[in-house]
Amino acid sequence: MLLIHCPWCGPRDEIEFAYGGEAHRVRPADPSALSDAEWADFLFLRANPKGVHRERWVHAHGCRRWFNVERHTVTHEILRVYPPGAAAEPDAAVAEAQPPQASQQGVRS
Amino acid sequence: MANAVDLPRVGAVARFASAFAVPPDRAGGALTLVEMIPPGQINLRCDGHDPRAARAVGGVLQGLLPVNANTVQSAADVTVLWLGPDEWLILTAPGQEGAVMAQLREALTGLHAAVTDVTGNRALLRLSGPSARETLQKGCTLDLHPRGFRPGQCAQTVLARAGIILHQRDDAPTYDILPRRSFAEYVWLWLSDAMAEYNGRAISG
Ligand SMILES: [Zn+2]
Repeated sequence: MLLIHCPWCGPRDEIEFAYGGEAHRVRPADPSALSDAEWADFLFLRANPKGVHRERWVHAHGCRRWFNVERHTVTHEILRVYPPGAAAEPDAAVAEAQPPQASQQGVRS
Repeated sequence: MANAVDLPRVGAVARFASAFAVPPDRAGGALTLVEMIPPGQINLRCDGHDPRAARAVGGVLQGLLPVNANTVQSAADVTVLWLGPDEWLILTAPGQEGAVMAQLREALTGLHAAVTDVTGNRALLRLSGPSARETLQKGCTLDLHPRGFRPGQCAQTVLARAGIILHQRDDAPTYDILPRRSFAEYVWLWLSDAMAEYNGRAISG
């Protein structure tokens, strides 16, 4: 069970939250200009890293606000919690924990 | 409060116990559970850090607008619970919600705000006495230890899988539990069972 720090309500049990998938996905400005493969990539393909993952959560049974969590997918350690709209830049600790992996990046277009 | 008796405002757990305007004296500090007459309920959305909004709301609500997370401010006939960074639940005496809403809407004219009548959304159960904390801890993952959750604090959380708003009123300790009305019977029965080992009493009027 994770103890997640809602940026507004403070530390709460995981059961109060719902998961919202990978964070910082940007919807293409002009979807009709994309090929089917590019559109499918936006819709279905996610980084799914073994390591630090930036993801969206919503405090469903609390303040009902969305926010971002930086979580290590192996240890479940939560490295950072930050409000929506805040910068996604990795801090030093994250950069250290997630060396660039060519195999993962190769999957993404 | 005068309007309370005029209103056909039936409690959410009326099948088990009639609702009280004032809870009966707790017998010798025993653990008790009662339902209060459902209060007027108003949802307020606005920017509490905007001085104009704070002034407007404060003028109507006797200066009450808790901007600190998980806190409650109350006066005789009104209780204001922090629900989020720009959201509050206002509890009024039964029947007073219409007047309070009209005043809020007038005061907030021209500001980015929303005042919504949510009366009837939630029931108000009051659990009080020694072991109230232990009773809640059986089904609530919130840390209710006095160092972390004190009188004047509230939280939107989960009790035995039902979403509730929890408000600690005093050190008895007394808790106000606000489940959605359709969950009230379930929460009442769950609490009655959880209280049993402490000889708690779900009081029926
Ligand atoms: Zn929250």
